[in-house]
Amino acid sequence: MGIFDYAPAPESRAVVDVKPSYDLFIGGEFVPATGGVFKSVNPATEEVLAEIGLASAADVDRAVAAARTAYERTWSRMPGAERGKYLFRIARIIQERARELAVLESIDNGKPIRETRDVDVPLVAAHFFHYAGWADKLEYAGHGPAPRPLGVAAQVIPWNFPLLMLAWKIAPALACGNTVVLKPAETTPLTALLFAEICREADLPAGVVNIVTGAGETGAALVAHPGVDKVAFTGSTAVGRAIARTVAGTDKKLTLELGGKAANIVFDDAPIDQAVEGVIDSIFFNQGQVCCAGSRLLVQESIQDELLDALRRRMATLRLGDPLDKNTDIGAINSAEQLARITELTAAGEAEGAERWSPACELPAQGFWFAPTVFTNVSATHRIAREEIFGPVLSVLTFRTPDEAVAKANNTPYGLSAGVWTEKGSRILSMAKRLRAGVVWANTFNKFDPASPFGGYKESGYGREGGLQGLEAYLDV
Amino acid sequence: MRRFLLGLPGVDKVGLEARAARLGTRSIKTTAKAAGIDLAIRMIDLTTLEGADTAGKVRSLCAKARRPDPADPACPSTAAVCVYPDMVAVAKEQLAGTGIRVASVATAFPSGRASLEVKLADTAFAVAAGADEIDMVIDRGAFLSGHFAEVFDEIAAVKAACGPAHLKVILETGELATYDNVRRASWLAMLAGADFIKTSTGKVNPAATLPVTLLMLEAVRDYTGATGRKVGMKPAGGIRTSKDALKYLVTVNETLGEGWLDPDWFRFGASSLLNDLLLQRQKLSSGRYSGPNYVTVD
Repeated sequence: MGIFDYAPAPESRAVVDVKPSYDLFIGGEFVPATGGVFKSVNPATEEVLAEIGLASAADVDRAVAAARTAYERTWSRMPGAERGKYLFRIARIIQERARELAVLESIDNGKPIRETRDVDVPLVAAHFFHYAGWADKLEYAGHGPAPRPLGVAAQVIPWNFPLLMLAWKIAPALACGNTVVLKPAETTPLTALLFAEICREADLPAGVVNIVTGAGETGAALVAHPGVDKVAFTGSTAVGRAIARTVAGTDKKLTLELGGKAANIVFDDAPIDQAVEGVIDSIFFNQGQVCCAGSRLLVQESIQDELLDALRRRMATLRLGDPLDKNTDIGAINSAEQLARITELTAAGEAEGAERWSPACELPAQGFWFAPTVFTNVSATHRIAREEIFGPVLSVLTFRTPDEAVAKANNTPYGLSAGVWTEKGSRILSMAKRLRAGVVWANTFNKFDPASPFGGYKESGYGREGGLQGLEAYLDV
Repeated sequence: MRRFLLGLPGVDKVGLEARAARLGTRSIKTTAKAAGIDLAIRMIDLTTLEGADTAGKVRSLCAKARRPDPADPACPSTAAVCVYPDMVAVAKEQLAGTGIRVASVATAFPSGRASLEVKLADTAFAVAAGADEIDMVIDRGAFLSGHFAEVFDEIAAVKAACGPAHLKVILETGELATYDNVRRASWLAMLAGADFIKTSTGKVNPAATLPVTLLMLEAVRDYTGATGRKVGMKPAGGIRTSKDALKYLVTVNETLGEGWLDPDWFRFGASSLLNDLLLQRQKLSSGRYSGPNYVTVD
């Protein structure tokens, strides 16, 4: 024990009421699922949190029908200003119940309360506020004089940002006049079900938002349902491909937000201390389970040693442990499957000859944990430099000239995000122009805002979420 | 010198302030809080720097430094008492045998606008009167005009005049205006022989801030890494609450590590901070908040 070790500072679980079991949310009511149940566990302790209804194809059918009815009878006919009022109300309730949402997100997902409380939930509210403001101004959004909604949107979201992805999907869809059927990930359904309660509290008309819980089959049934006009998916590239095949040949509109293997490029004139901080943020935020994570660090050879020393020194101060502790930087990996995948890929990295380093870091005995890890001596042919690991694992590559940096950064099947660190403004602009990525951050990383669009190039998907561009995905333009 | 200082890595303002803000959100509770409060008390340079200072005022401040909380003998003493040079002898006499140091602001404090002879004489006077530590101000005018060598020579000359006394170099970061300047001035002071680098005189706004302190701690870390010589750090001015003090300690802990969590290597230049620390300390032991009448005015 050091002379100034921080005493544990856990957030109370008592602020949220976790029920023993949860039903589906269809037509404004909680109704039992007909496909059985599955369990949601706390990844930090492996404790079973609740039993969740498994939606069968018949349940999906009911949900789509409810959404269709709500679309035709109320929501699409309602003036935009009225829809905006509901969205504002939802946004305010999210703020009022922020603590509850943050704690529930932490125990269901494993991410630290510092992130759910300071990043996720505020952004969720911000997205609802942002799109609430657009609901009555759609004709001025640049998508034609009288844009119309599409109809029923099927939305399938991942487990890494359960609430935030829900907000990215539901807020623009509702603002444009669509109704939705949302399927949260099977490992993190709880906050979506709490959101269902918030919809009821906001008196949202029945059927405008429907939530069906389940695993891949439920999602597949939803995406393939003939009553759906629009499909929006965030998740892995493999599933994205399957969905694109399902939707091909129908008149459903589709947006995909898939994987990434972002390059974080540090030039020799970069602000070193802030660059190190940015690298930490880019790959250890949410345990690296971020599609736009900066998992490839491209560092200019002339400052390689200096930067890596600084990075290792900083990594040694990261605190891993109880996600509900306010001083925790790194929480639990979301599931045993995900942990196995990270373990498998890092083993491959070692086998291929990359040099592995982690700070001295005690992992809790229970739960799914992975120490922050950095690989050096990585070459472009290594699997860890090419495949998305989706964990707290950084691969370091080097470059000598700006051209080489661009070539290496773009040499990936993905293209979701990139980072550039330099004090030189002209270099920032020229790099941003040449990098094939949906978002290029300059001297920062992993910054999100409801007003700025987000989406990928190449295998990172198509379509944009957020901002004005995010409206287009839910309008007939 | 000029090339070296201008070649130091840049500072990104947004990133630095974001990091400082995040360090400020660490939650310090129970045993960690008690340890932090006692540590902060032991790190205080209890200061009176008024035109109206008298021997009586200094004597009463020294008594407070020795025994900050009359009701609790377990309460630690402060690290030092900081006074103008003409009050050093009084403070020295009052603190004899206590281990509490006497620090003195020499070199035409706080503006530093005097000839080098005057500054050296001021320093020599304070040292002769028994000062253990000298807090000097740099010539901000020379620094801002880019006359780095001039500033360097002046610091080196004052360091020589200090003899055995420790030299703390005040950068007056509020007047340096940019973070890049603060980093350059930190390096300049350390290279010229400073034992401590210090943010401010307390007479200029803004005085110490968390981002500036973080930046200077990073400079200390890099300098120590490059040369092997350990340098101390002292934020001064504007730190008034226990909560603020704990944020500074967290920043030291996570930037330089435990080796610097010691009054030999980190100080607070503050006077009103002490009473808030005492109130918090009383709250921790009694479970109740008392009021300003339960701590002494000086």
